[in-house]
Amino acid sequence: MADLNAYITETQIEGDDDGPLAGKTVAVKDNISTKGVETTCGSKMLEGYVPPYDATVVERLKDAGATINGKANMDEFGMGTTTETSYFGATLNPVDTDRVPGGSSGGSAAAVAAGEADLALGSDTGGSIRAPAAFCGVVGIKPTYGLVSRYGLVAYANSLEQIGPIAPTVEEAAGLLDVLAGPDERDATTVEEGADSNYAAAADGDVAGMTIGIPVELVGGVDESQRLSSANQKSSISGDADEGVVETFWDAIAELEAQGAETVEVSMPSVEKAVAAYYVIAMSEASSNLARFDGTRYGLNVTDVDGAEELADEGNWNEAFAKTREEGFGPEVKRRILLGTFALSAGYHDRYYGKAQDARAWIKQDFDESLSEADVLASPTMPVPPFELGEGLEDPRTMYLADANTVPVNLANLPAISVPAGESDGLPVGMQIIGPKYGEEAIVRAASALE
Amino acid sequence: MSEDEPAVSAEEVRNVADLARVDLTDEEVEQFTAQFTEVLADFAALDEVPEVESEPELVNVMREDESEESLSQEDALRNATETEDGYFKGPRVS
Repeated sequence: MADLNAYITETQIEGDDDGPLAGKTVAVKDNISTKGVETTCGSKMLEGYVPPYDATVVERLKDAGATINGKANMDEFGMGTTTETSYFGATLNPVDTDRVPGGSSGGSAAAVAAGEADLALGSDTGGSIRAPAAFCGVVGIKPTYGLVSRYGLVAYANSLEQIGPIAPTVEEAAGLLDVLAGPDERDATTVEEGADSNYAAAADGDVAGMTIGIPVELVGGVDESQRLSSANQKSSISGDADEGVVETFWDAIAELEAQGAETVEVSMPSVEKAVAAYYVIAMSEASSNLARFDGTRYGLNVTDVDGAEELADEGNWNEAFAKTREEGFGPEVKRRILLGTFALSAGYHDRYYGKAQDARAWIKQDFDESLSEADVLASPTMPVPPFELGEGLEDPRTMYLADANTVPVNLANLPAISVPAGESDGLPVGMQIIGPKYGEEAIVRAASALE
Repeated sequence: MSEDEPAVSAEEVRNVADLARVDLTDEEVEQFTAQFTEVLADFAALDEVPEVESEPELVNVMREDESEESLSQEDALRNATETEDGYFKGPRVS
């Protein structure tokens, strides 16, 4: 098989001799700190950066006996849906090497799908575990916010992101989550739930009597461009969810019904604002988080950049930083930092950031209502099949819209799994199953019924 | 984009890049100006969001402020291109 470029750094970090993951190789997304092993976030800015400490999840992997066999490729700082924004080149989808593996945890999903690693860690800010799991035909879980420690995860948008597992089967993904989950004094947003979890045991495929809600807004029929702005007529985006994807989704739902699950339609009008709310919040948090990359304590330094040394010596502190950041960040990262800075700036804060927080609360309410009518909710993970390489790089908005089904979950802090639902034209289609807060067992159970 | 949504100007893009401490090439300014106009028009969809009462889910977590083992100074400085006498060395401030 072609070199997929799934890894930025190949390595061999040995864990303990025994434990639940003994003998297993795990690819770790390159925004998760590994002591003594380069951690780049897919960015020129952090090329050569070697963390002096392990992320909590890396410690837990080692304690569980896993061998970390590499740092997985990713969209730069997690900002992308295709893994094409990586400074270290795109990762190819092992199912079809002319297509992207999804993102931003594309290297993690590709490594698992190709058998280059038994398991992988990704991080999910707006779908970055679920999208590549769907595109590569593997399983990915975005845990409830607070279930897994973010200590040692290089921050993109703190209020939205969680580290989670990617694996070939639901049971293995759930078993890896059992290793990761649980409180950590070094991340004050972690919770007690998950401390003694046994999510793997929930992969029993028993969906008899389970109620599955299907949000009509997330399953085709809705013109995607309407979700953002009904007035935006310039949109070149065709809109509707892909027919083959929707068909495959309904076939999988029928399969669950055949096993005794009940389905019910639910309506969540708020999710039509989710993409806009997500991008405003994520970009705003990114503009603040990425302010730390100025080259002084780590990362690309002004003295490495032509002409910047002079600036540094002449006493132009801000200019020297701005030059470093021009060189170190790629276009998508610059776009998000600038849009976030704009959304938070005087005169615009209330209109963008303030309204996005209202939308977030509204979306949470809609999920609460829907999950009072159903045990879990289901939708296609991605509205479209895997993009061809290069297809979306020109128009960032195309990529933003592809996240329509995944971002509502992060805004609501809920858990969700992407599980293979079948194929459309030979390409994998993922089903997303969303649970209530700390409802990991329910989504694992429902997803395992599709295997 | 909607008619009441003014286009983003190149000057605004330069201003926000200045605030964010990110230099841009002229080509980037031109590209971002067009893209930001479209993206901000998309964000205008938020105008129609109702006000919603919500309680923050997070709580403050307190602990005693006690000194404990941490990174050594050597480890903390290891990734810096320039250091001096155990400190990070940044660009000069005029």
